[in-house]
Amino acid sequence: MKHIRQLEDQSVYILREAYKNFDNLAMLWSMGKDSTVLLWLARKAFFGHVPFPLLHVDTSYKIPEMIEYRDRLAREWRLNLIVGQNKKALAEGMNHTKGRVECCTALKTQGLKQLLEEKGYTGVILGVRSDEDSTRAKERYFSPRDKNNEWDFRDQPPELWDQYKLSFPPGTHIRIHPLLDWTEINIWEYIKLENIPFLDHLYLDQGTGKRYRSLGCAPCTTPIDSTAKNVDEVIIELRNTKVAERAGRAQDEGRGMEQLRKDGYM
Amino acid sequence: MTVPTTRPNTPPPDNAIRERMNIVIVGHVDHGKSTLLGRLYADTGTLPIGKIEKIQAICKQQGKEFEYAFLFDAFLEEQQQGITIDTARTFFSWGGRQYIIIDAPGHKEFLKNMVSGAARAEAALLVIDALEGVRDQSKRHGLLLSMLGVKQVTVVVNKMDLVNYREDTFQAIEKEYREFLTQLNVIPQYVIPASAKQGINITQPSPETPWYTGPSVLDSLAHFHLESKRAEQTLRLPIQDVYKFDARRILVGRITAGKLKIGDRLVFSPSNKSANIQTIEAFNLDPPPTQAEAGQSVGITLDEQIFVERGQIATHEEARPLVSTRIRANLFWLGAKPLEIRRPYVLRLATREVPCEVATIHRIVDATNLDDRHTQTTVKRNEVADITLRTKSPIAFDLYAHFETTGRFVLVDEYDVAGGGIITELVQDDQEDFRTEARERDSAWVKGDVGAEDRAQRYGHRAAVVLLTGPDTTAKGFLARKLETVLVGEGRHAYLLAPENLQRGLDADLVDTKPDEIIRRFGEVVRLLTDTGSLVISTTNALQLPTKQIVQTLQTLVNPIPVITIHMAKELIGPQPDTDLIFAGPENFDDCTHQIIALLKSRGLLAEPASSRSDSQYSI
Repeated sequence: MKHIRQLEDQSVYILREAYKNFDNLAMLWSMGKDSTVLLWLARKAFFGHVPFPLLHVDTSYKIPEMIEYRDRLAREWRLNLIVGQNKKALAEGMNHTKGRVECCTALKTQGLKQLLEEKGYTGVILGVRSDEDSTRAKERYFSPRDKNNEWDFRDQPPELWDQYKLSFPPGTHIRIHPLLDWTEINIWEYIKLENIPFLDHLYLDQGTGKRYRSLGCAPCTTPIDSTAKNVDEVIIELRNTKVAERAGRAQDEGRGMEQLRKDGYM
Repeated sequence: MTVPTTRPNTPPPDNAIRERMNIVIVGHVDHGKSTLLGRLYADTGTLPIGKIEKIQAICKQQGKEFEYAFLFDAFLEEQQQGITIDTARTFFSWGGRQYIIIDAPGHKEFLKNMVSGAARAEAALLVIDALEGVRDQSKRHGLLLSMLGVKQVTVVVNKMDLVNYREDTFQAIEKEYREFLTQLNVIPQYVIPASAKQGINITQPSPETPWYTGPSVLDSLAHFHLESKRAEQTLRLPIQDVYKFDARRILVGRITAGKLKIGDRLVFSPSNKSANIQTIEAFNLDPPPTQAEAGQSVGITLDEQIFVERGQIATHEEARPLVSTRIRANLFWLGAKPLEIRRPYVLRLATREVPCEVATIHRIVDATNLDDRHTQTTVKRNEVADITLRTKSPIAFDLYAHFETTGRFVLVDEYDVAGGGIITELVQDDQEDFRTEARERDSAWVKGDVGAEDRAQRYGHRAAVVLLTGPDTTAKGFLARKLETVLVGEGRHAYLLAPENLQRGLDADLVDTKPDEIIRRFGEVVRLLTDTGSLVISTTNALQLPTKQIVQTLQTLVNPIPVITIHMAKELIGPQPDTDLIFAGPENFDDCTHQIIALLKSRGLLAEPASSRSDSQYSI
């Protein structure tokens, strides 16, 4: 498990750099396995404390178990949880049938943008990983976003050794990605190593021969065929699969992800 | 064009991961780096299902021929232009190792992206086109790899199909490039003839090159070894932050070299303060750790409440880092604006941040011709230079040849990291003798049971020096007396020490006036007073030395007690002095006094309600 501890040490270092250098810092938590590992790493870095708010951009289409799990951990771990929602878009009836990229843009990207603007966060910590899709493979650990939340991937700052981009012009913010070097298998290896509570009803086969590999909104996320009933079986399954992790996520189709991420999607 | 297939060739990968390693693929533009990477995945059967089909569909849609390079050139623009713009991390597990393979762009315009990729790597594959031979970026990337600390390199001579797999062509390139790398003290592990496009020598030896007996590219990866020597070095722990979330005061940081354990005596540089490790703190680890080593992000508590802040380097007493305000370094510049002498930059070394400027540019190192030397006053984007830097206050560091992490730094220009460097030499500044004196005096200091923290809690303030500077006849003495009166009136331990007061007593033996000795003795007296926890107020004129020298010497001798400087002038003409406060022709001395007291409060020197983020070393 030495390689997992190495990843942990690196992520903890990044979280501590973020906390030291950003006065108005927040972390996104979607209750999925990645951002929950990220939350656990924050508790590691700050010795059981989470010294910044956790943001959840609620599209209203999440699977109900996710919300129960969110509220339970927020209570038990004494989290400062802030829930944001693009109420205007929802009132106007936005949903996935109006177009998946459109729906993600309105409810997630715009929802996040509204929340960031309202609270004026200068640093936002996210659990994205390089192996999720090929645009995330090109991210920096500390990645600037301009006034419109846009990602200029043509001109990213250099990242030398453990020296990150810590200063930025007013009006812009930095996205911080402590999990970039983790793979899907590493996430599960760490959940097992640290015994982290996760949404086992969704991520493990409950006897139906299916489980979720990646969690999103209910209408746009489909479970995969799987008989993995515990974390060990998930790890074995992942070591032998050649199906992409986000194959069950509808918004990734075609060039969806590049466009979404350029415009500020997580 | 060969049709992409998933050929079973080498044995399937061992599933259980035992270790991980970062590898970067570098080389001149269009020499086939992304193709090599794509081929490596395709021929080992490690691509996700549908990946090749998805790229094929996009190619068909755009009326282009399929290329392996497209597998990792994610951006539409990259695929349209057929070049890699930014570094991509890809994951590849083989033989018990989890590799992160970083595909770096070869175009000169994207050198900063190449550097970002290579800085994360422990080993490199350097790709050279057999038809084009060694080109500019082949050399520049070789030079940067050596500066970035990537010592393990395997060279892949690619596109051998275009030269009909001729051994003499391969040998000529190998000879030329080995000679170049030798000048950088880099010895390639292997030089491999290959064709990524045709899949030759990528995953297994191929009959096309019967004269080549070495490993395939895939097999060569296993010969890169993991860095393990760092834990065997002496301890280096740059302090990242100090936490007080609960009753514990935890110092955190990542150990960059060596080991530590509970009970170890640590000394912090450049403050020279020392204490013992009481506990090693960890969340969700039972039992808690008793030791830690290089690579780990740790939290420790000390048995004594001493001054510690981010940027200091903790070591064992017998092997301290170097300390100076001047360093000589090899620097590569990535900034849009050229590096200029005397322009303000911020130097970041491990966790330390300090303003600095370039004192001298000794020469520009030309990557394509390492012997070429010429003098310039600026360093342009993508150039490498040999320079001397001057920092505003002393920093702790090591030579890069001895310690990797504490021997390198970046320069920040405005908002951006704009260059990186490795330290080749300590350049002595005029404070060296005083610094040695302070270090030796502090090491041998006999302490009572009452520490600086105890005094601060008791007195409601910390020790500090308030130094009034500026020309004669600006009523500095008047303000100094007023400040002392007000502070003592508030119950603070403040003391006005006029330098003249030493002349007939402590300095009575100084027959010929030696300014250096006068300031040294003055500094040592101030040091004693601050050790009692006092706020010492003084003026400068009687010391008969340039103000800058007085301030620097006092800072060195009272280190780490802060020296607050306040400049007074009748009117401000010319460049403004670099002091904490400036009073031009003050009329209201009550107001000046209040401003000084407000400044002391804002620095956490005078007690104020504790802030919510209690990481300031002065918060009481």
